Amino acid sequence: MNAATQPRPGRDEAYNFAYLDEQTKRMIRRGLLKAVAIPGYQVPFGGREMPLPYGWGTGGMQLTAAILGADDVLKVTDQGADDTTNAVSIRRFFARTAGVATTERTPEATIIQTRHRIPEMPLSADQIMVYQVPNPEPLRFIEPLETETRTMHALNDYGVMHVKLYEDIATFGHIATAYAYPVTVNDRYVMDPSPIPKFDNPKLDMSPALMLFGAGREKRLYAVPPYTRVSSLDFEDHPFQVQKWEHNCAICGSHESFLDELILDDQGTQSFVCSDSDYCAQRVLQGENGQ
Amino acid sequence: MYVAVKGGEQAIDNAHKVLAKKRRGDTSIAELGVEQIRQQLPLAVARVMTEGSLYDEQLAALAIKQAAGDLVEAIFLLRAYRTTLPRFTASLPIDTGDMLLSRRLSATFKDVPGGQLLGPTFDYTHRLLDFSLLAEGEYPGPQLPEKAALEPCPRVLGLLAKEGLIKQEADTGEAIADITREPLEYPASRAQRLQALARGDEGFLLALGYSTQRGYGRNHPFAGEIRIGEVDVWIEPEELGFPIAIGAIEITECEMVNQFVGSASEPAQFTRGYGLAFGHAERKAMGMALVDRSLRAEEYAEEIMSPAQQQEFVLAHCDNVEAAGFVSHLKLPHYVDFQSELELIRKLRKPFKGPTPSQETGQ
Repeated sequence: MNAATQPRPGRDEAYNFAYLDEQTKRMIRRGLLKAVAIPGYQVPFGGREMPLPYGWGTGGMQLTAAILGADDVLKVTDQGADDTTNAVSIRRFFARTAGVATTERTPEATIIQTRHRIPEMPLSADQIMVYQVPNPEPLRFIEPLETETRTMHALNDYGVMHVKLYEDIATFGHIATAYAYPVTVNDRYVMDPSPIPKFDNPKLDMSPALMLFGAGREKRLYAVPPYTRVSSLDFEDHPFQVQKWEHNCAICGSHESFLDELILDDQGTQSFVCSDSDYCAQRVLQGENGQ
Repeated sequence: MYVAVKGGEQAIDNAHKVLAKKRRGDTSIAELGVEQIRQQLPLAVARVMTEGSLYDEQLAALAIKQAAGDLVEAIFLLRAYRTTLPRFTASLPIDTGDMLLSRRLSATFKDVPGGQLLGPTFDYTHRLLDFSLLAEGEYPGPQLPEKAALEPCPRVLGLLAKEGLIKQEADTGEAIADITREPLEYPASRAQRLQALARGDEGFLLALGYSTQRGYGRNHPFAGEIRIGEVDVWIEPEELGFPIAIGAIEITECEMVNQFVGSASEPAQFTRGYGLAFGHAERKAMGMALVDRSLRAEEYAEEIMSPAQQQEFVLAHCDNVEAAGFVSHLKLPHYVDFQSELELIRKLRKPFKGPTPSQETGQ
């Protein structure tokens, strides 16, 4: 039941297909074409007010609405899981307004809208990832002014970013960024990969799937086309490294996936489980076991 | 085996039901009607229409009812509805010199053509709780003379402009951007700034305007004129070729007279800040006018040192639907990011192999 694909439900005819009007969707698709043509470049777009709050995935939802077709199969995850409340809410929204089939199975989805994770299972060339982005500007916390950061991108002036990473190493001995770890796309633009853990960064590199990023509040969208070089910023003597766990998933026993930590009792006993609920469930089905 | 607590569809449905119950309250008390809200909470309706940027009293009242009185939530509801509406045309500029006034005051002149009119205002009321309102009953209200004659009221700042004492505001005739359809890009034009401020949160603009009075970007304002009343809205459909009135709306307009500018080549002139809001919304219009003027710092070659003068700071943060959304998103799960931070902080702490806090306290 958990991983079943839900057949196409009836569409709520009170709204246009996928909620947004066709002109708006066309405007967004034009922006997406530009974004694909200039990998990693933030394209301003006329973001609309969605019936969900800003910060809850309105950017991702607008992109999904713009590219969704009647035959698509949609998967929505939040923190890697399909059953977190906001993922449920967004999936329901499109089931209602677009009447599309939805799934929890990664390989069966044609469009995957996600918040904070990239699925563990490799993606294929006929899939599109849509990321929900809170802060599209990777330089924002170094330089708050948009007029300045735009110029820095135009001039390929990313020195401050390397200085920030260097200062981390000088202060802490490590680069102190664990998620939303900045990347360089196609050897040109520095891009915020959205708040995915840096564990997921390598999955962006040369991925066969199209990656689309939507920031509703900030009204920016950007893209990583299939098979594009995406490298995480680092130094020769401090190469980029992903997180590793000393534990296995308590449910499926995986030692390769991103694990969420659970606290089981008042003594603080820890347990670790996969953040990607579909990956974990499939492994259990295949007979893998935690203990 | 432990199952991670994650909300399911059932939890969401149940939460919505509990919310509906909370909104309705005790069912032995009569349900609040939308028309009651519209008639008896007109200032709340005005705020929701202004910041929701949609002039529709009934829908604003409905939003207030649905939001259980949470005005920011009601503004959000109205905005989300507004997005779905088609744009037929832009109206002609409204002529506030020609409006039917219910309130008008100027703090700059003792008497002005058309006079001053207090109208419905909380000003000069003593803020004493009126316990007679606890008892329900008909309030007779004052009898207004029917068809009281209204003199034409030219705008006060127009009188200053005639003498050349205040900077002329000229319509450049440029196409005006719609910030709800095109993304705001910096630096923003004054028209874009005014649109953003008109939709901006009353409390935020009030506080920022207040900050300019306390020295953070001081530019010495006078309330040149505040006028509240009804104004006709005209459109000129292409196929007609002449303008037609489509109705009247109540608005509040505030023009602040601010400190003068001048140079070796230009005689000194006052400057102005402008505020406009739907309905009776004086506090909003005044805050907006103060912030509009402070955002013109660059235009008047003033030193930009304070938040109220920085357009990226003001415009990016004045929208309460955006702000409320992004603050409230902190309630969404962040397990993955937090797990990443946990892993990092444990790694950073490894070189310091001191006793753990629990060992220190001996627990």
